[in-house]
Amino acid sequence: MKVAVVVFPGSNCDRDCQDVARDVVGASVQPVWHRAAVLPSVDLVILPGGFSYGDYLRTGALAACSPIMDAVRAHAARGGLVLGICNGFQILIESGLLPGALLRNASLRFICRTVGVRVERTDTPFTTRYTPGQVLRLPIAHADGSYWADSPTLQRLRDEGRIVFRYAALPGRPAAEANPNGSVDAIAGICNEGRNVLGLMPHPERASEDQLGGRDGLALFESAVDSLCGA
Amino acid sequence: MTRQDSEPQDDIDPRVVSRHGLTEDEYAALRSGLGRTPTLVELGIASVMWSEHCSYKSSRIHLKKLPTTGAAVLQGPGENAGAVDIGDGLAAVFKIESHNHPSFIEPYQGAATGVGGILRDIFTMGARPIALLDSLRFGPLDDVKNRYLFERVVAGISGYGNCIGVPTVGGEVAFHELYASNPLVNVFCLGLAPKDRLFRAKASGVGNSVMYVGAKTGRDGIHGATMASEEFNEGSAAKRPMVQVGDPFTEKLLLEACLELMAHDFIVGIQDMGAAGLTSSSCEMAGRGGTGIEIDVSLVPTRETGMTPYEIMLSESQERMLLVAKPGCEDAIKALFAKWELEAAVIGRVTDTGRLVVRDLDQVAAEMPIHVLTEGAPKYERPLAPPPFLEMLQGLALEGLPVVGSPGQHLLTLLALPTIASKAWVFDQYDHMVGTNTVVLPGSDAAVLRVKGTSTALAVSVDGNSRYCMLNPYVGGMIAVAEACRNVVCSGARPIGATDCLNFGNPERPEVMWQFAMVIEGMADACRALGVPVVSGNVSFYNETRGLGVYPTPIVGVVGKAAIDHVTTQWFKADGDAVVLLGETKEELGGTEYLASVHHREQGLPPELDLDAEKKLYECCLELAAAGLLQSAHDCSDGGLAVALAECCVSSEAWVGAEIEIANPRGFREDALLFGESQSRIVVSVGADRVARVIEIAARWGVPVARVGWTGGDRLQIVIEGRVVVDVAVADAAKAWSEGLPTSLKGSTCAPT
Repeated sequence: MKVAVVVFPGSNCDRDCQDVARDVVGASVQPVWHRAAVLPSVDLVILPGGFSYGDYLRTGALAACSPIMDAVRAHAARGGLVLGICNGFQILIESGLLPGALLRNASLRFICRTVGVRVERTDTPFTTRYTPGQVLRLPIAHADGSYWADSPTLQRLRDEGRIVFRYAALPGRPAAEANPNGSVDAIAGICNEGRNVLGLMPHPERASEDQLGGRDGLALFESAVDSLCGA
Repeated sequence: MTRQDSEPQDDIDPRVVSRHGLTEDEYAALRSGLGRTPTLVELGIASVMWSEHCSYKSSRIHLKKLPTTGAAVLQGPGENAGAVDIGDGLAAVFKIESHNHPSFIEPYQGAATGVGGILRDIFTMGARPIALLDSLRFGPLDDVKNRYLFERVVAGISGYGNCIGVPTVGGEVAFHELYASNPLVNVFCLGLAPKDRLFRAKASGVGNSVMYVGAKTGRDGIHGATMASEEFNEGSAAKRPMVQVGDPFTEKLLLEACLELMAHDFIVGIQDMGAAGLTSSSCEMAGRGGTGIEIDVSLVPTRETGMTPYEIMLSESQERMLLVAKPGCEDAIKALFAKWELEAAVIGRVTDTGRLVVRDLDQVAAEMPIHVLTEGAPKYERPLAPPPFLEMLQGLALEGLPVVGSPGQHLLTLLALPTIASKAWVFDQYDHMVGTNTVVLPGSDAAVLRVKGTSTALAVSVDGNSRYCMLNPYVGGMIAVAEACRNVVCSGARPIGATDCLNFGNPERPEVMWQFAMVIEGMADACRALGVPVVSGNVSFYNETRGLGVYPTPIVGVVGKAAIDHVTTQWFKADGDAVVLLGETKEELGGTEYLASVHHREQGLPPELDLDAEKKLYECCLELAAAGLLQSAHDCSDGGLAVALAECCVSSEAWVGAEIEIANPRGFREDALLFGESQSRIVVSVGADRVARVIEIAARWGVPVARVGWTGGDRLQIVIEGRVVVDVAVADAAKAWSEGLPTSLKGSTCAPT
């Protein structure tokens, strides 16, 4: 699998994504500076987490105007895979590649914690290796992760099966803890109509090695690899 | 552009000198060093270079006693940070620094810029920062002003650290009324660099261009260094313009640009502009190079119009670096910083005159010999005298101490104290995972980071007990070093270097100076005995308001090296493991959290520390960890053995109870056995089939050892000589511990259940 990780001014998780893609998943990876007009020929484009442009104006708002985003849109239109993690999800929304908005957490504070994330759909190229309803342990680290969309959009997302991940209580933990940031319908991640663009607030690249506490995030990348080899 | 700052002589009257923080004698020494009356700009420059914060004038002669060398030390004190060889061609670069005074005036920005400053100290050496820790002190949380300072400081560290993408992986927070008007914010940073590519802050090569890179200069923070060198009084709130304002996004760009720069061969030296901004960076770089520097302030990028030379030289605007370029590299450097959308301008050159010359186009605003500003700074041997009340305070007759309440109740009280309780409320606001290096997250004795591409892990801890230092500063100083080392050892890591932040009151008071001198002696003896060199550090004096100062608060940061496969954490892992206590419990309650919280006394002597016993304990614990024998390891500190055991039960998501039996052959007081803070003790849990081997290894090292119980069940039960003294549900202990801090923040005192 060939992967490009876009680097915006202020991206922080770009090197983490590169390290996991290259050393754990075994893909060939290259960073792409946000000012580039063209993307190299790759299978998967990752928009990593961080604080692009310091979150000035709105999270992801300025990065969405970067020159590289035209190429990312074209790649998505061709059916190429696009994965937006945390700030990357915010950028996908600001770019119009995914619907809705990501607002300030209900607690008004930054939250860094491992939370439960339930896989709602295994019929996307990123989730085939999971089982439906599987609850993953994935870290979140954000201050603006509360997903919101208006009622017609939410209905469409539900009808089209595009809510891919929801927050869920970890086994043995109280249900009240389940939704850490107040996201509507506990939505943690969604995909586009073509199911080739996925945005999620949790960080799968931080949960891809036992050494860091768990590997529940690895299957997301491995599913993407699978999707390139046939079916 | 006004010319008044370059007009000499008649503008300098005693009031102007005094407002600059210089004494009459210091001013006389300055005049003598210059051979004339200074201009106003020269007075400003000297006032910051000779401030306590920049010159260390009260502390230098004492700091010399700290051991700073060792086979693995690549860089000791004297540069922006220290560096230790960790193998695989890498250096660990680290330092701790204070930002106390600005955090009292404006807590969010004070803390944020504290983080920014320490990060720059690390990456200016060519090291990519991989971890931040912070040590914080506030007044009690039942006062709304203290809650405000605490919340805003944590928000500032969170806002800055998260945005720049360096994980904040640990630290400590404690609360005591003496910090109410003098909060402490000490920030530690660790970075990694190729060991043969460390960059230093030296201006050399006559004729080389001096370049300014980073953010534009504004009027913020002027005289920040002077403000940090004085006590607070009624007018202190008006000092807000002296607090620097940080922009973590700009710092992130600066960090990436600098690291990219350092991969090339373009520069001779580089230093960040921190306290006293352009003044200190240019003087210090020239001082180290034995050269001179000429600067034209009209070439400095400014974000405000009409800035005078005085303002430009003293501004503490953030996110700026000063570098000396190799000949012909200026354009390449400018292009690199342009890519990152940062300023880069040639503002001067290195000379051989040994002088700092500040021009504003063709006008000379200042011309001073560098050595007058650096080595020529005052060096004081201030008078020392123990506080008159100390001997009385040190007395504690245990026979006279009543036995009150029940041990179980006291345990829950201690667990709920904000100083002891879970700090999750704090570190949940810090991104402690970015970088995908954190293998032990906040919540254990030390944070542990892996070093990608190697089999090494680095453990880090910051620690310091000010109550011990007040009661006996020599012993307190020793213990500050020992506790930080012990935390690292509990993680399976061997300490390889230390950094220290010394927070004290007014050094012009003999008692404070005596405390400082004694703490340093204690720290020096401990560092020597434990084989841990001090490679960097910081001194913060004048932590006093209206004459009331903080307890002596040395904070020691220790870095340890471990094999990634032998990293250990503090919580019990499974039912049916043996609980083994390494070390000896003595009958001592002096200076304990229990004595302060339950008996409302701060007296007695701090626990004894036998450095030889401490060293053997480390070797024993490290051998156990390396042999894979440990399920968990946790040292005994605040709250003693009972609190340590409870923490082993509750500090992970999967609670594990325990049944503990303590022998009491010498008939000690039960509260001393449970809550005494005897040093050199570690509680470990081991598989049942390994106990014999653990005991054998401990005996070989001469470490007292006893199996004290078994893990399992949903209660923590402690029995002394057949009598049950503590019997609490683990769920109750967990509730007290996890709710202690959030409950205090709601404005109510937390009551035990």
